[in-house]
Amino acid sequence: MKTIKLAAGAALLLAAFSSAHAHRQWLLPSATQVEGKEPWVTVDAAVSEDLFDIGATAIKLDGLSITAPDCSQQTPEQISSSKQRGSADIKLAKPGTYRIALVNENAMASYKLNGETKRWRGNPADLKKEVPAGATELSVSTTRSRLETYVTAGKADLAVVNPTGSGLELLPLSHPNEYLAGEPARFRFLLDGKPVPDLKVAIVPGGVRYRGVLKEVMATTDANGEFTVTWPMAQMYWINASYPPRVQVPEGQPRPPMPALRHNYGGTFEVLPQ
Amino acid sequence: MKPRRLLPLALAVAAWPALAAELAVKIEIPQLQVAEYHRPYIAMWLEKADGGQVTQLAVWYDQKKKDNGGTKWLKDLRQWWRKGGRELDVPVDAVTSATRAPGLHTLTYVAGKAPVDKLAAGDYTLFVEASREAGGREVVRVPLAWPPKEARTASSKGQEELGNVTVQLKP
Repeated sequence: MKTIKLAAGAALLLAAFSSAHAHRQWLLPSATQVEGKEPWVTVDAAVSEDLFDIGATAIKLDGLSITAPDCSQQTPEQISSSKQRGSADIKLAKPGTYRIALVNENAMASYKLNGETKRWRGNPADLKKEVPAGATELSVSTTRSRLETYVTAGKADLAVVNPTGSGLELLPLSHPNEYLAGEPARFRFLLDGKPVPDLKVAIVPGGVRYRGVLKEVMATTDANGEFTVTWPMAQMYWINASYPPRVQVPEGQPRPPMPALRHNYGGTFEVLPQ
Repeated sequence: MKPRRLLPLALAVAAWPALAAELAVKIEIPQLQVAEYHRPYIAMWLEKADGGQVTQLAVWYDQKKKDNGGTKWLKDLRQWWRKGGRELDVPVDAVTSATRAPGLHTLTYVAGKAPVDKLAAGDYTLFVEASREAGGREVVRVPLAWPPKEARTASSKGQEELGNVTVQLKP
């Protein structure tokens, strides 16, 4: 009985996960342009439907990667994780632009054991350990995700605004901390360093709770993997895309099986008033 | 010859039963260019102009989810939720139904029939509220008098989640 319950529980979890894809994962810097000697920023991380509302699930920031203006790696001064958000306090000791990113890999597996369908979700490194030896019909879907934002202490520079060459990433083609409402900004999407053409991109402003209307903008990348957005207003924005593209199924129809490897990108960019 | 021919027709018209007053509402659900689209939840209700009394007209929500799971997001119709939605034990006959695709949808309510059978004479505001998963929320209002003394059309327009909401009244 216990195993059946567990399997059902796992199935529910999986169902909840796949139907809850409206839930957005994000980083939120307390500010993107700071001045003074050794200024601080605090970066929050959470999952929610409305951006950037705290109220659903925290994202742990243990693996947060911070690239300093001299391209060296640094760690946050402190990390905290509460019920609904993860937080990292970062000291910007060197002047210039920093890249802050959280790169994760998650596996979802389903298999049969003694005629029962089982599901497992976790770090791909634990897969071999967690799936029993007698398992058959093993199917694994891995999601690589990158959550990212930029902050600048003092004068902005572009030293860290470079592709890493791994996974799905967004390359800002102008400075990511100098966006103004009403002005255009150009970006390029890359997958393992190569431009991704014809990719659907969601550009979603935060603060919908106080505005009502969302004012989401949708863009599609061109042959060079590039797109332009003209910021409709001052706000913190979330730019999201995933690869391969999600299949839009008619309401009520079952979703197709997940691809073996999928990539997800969520970047946070601040747009200030003119 | 001519008048005689018309006579039976005139009699037929006179014998036609008196038509009941009617309220028709046309709701336009716009097609949105967004990365992830879900049909909106929509609630429509009448509120007495002097405040207070609420008459529920329609609630569209996801009725295909297992174990009535679609009711979980009814709270996102925030105005409606506070105007009696919270207490409404869904589903309700003649009021609740499934979500609808983008396009023009017409709902007609006839005097004496549910859900407007107990609607007292007076001035009202018609509220239409839409809320979309991963999207926004919007309320459109149209004032009207019930029962209508004459045929009248009035409309109001949303910005994003709702297009035109048109009220057509027939006495």
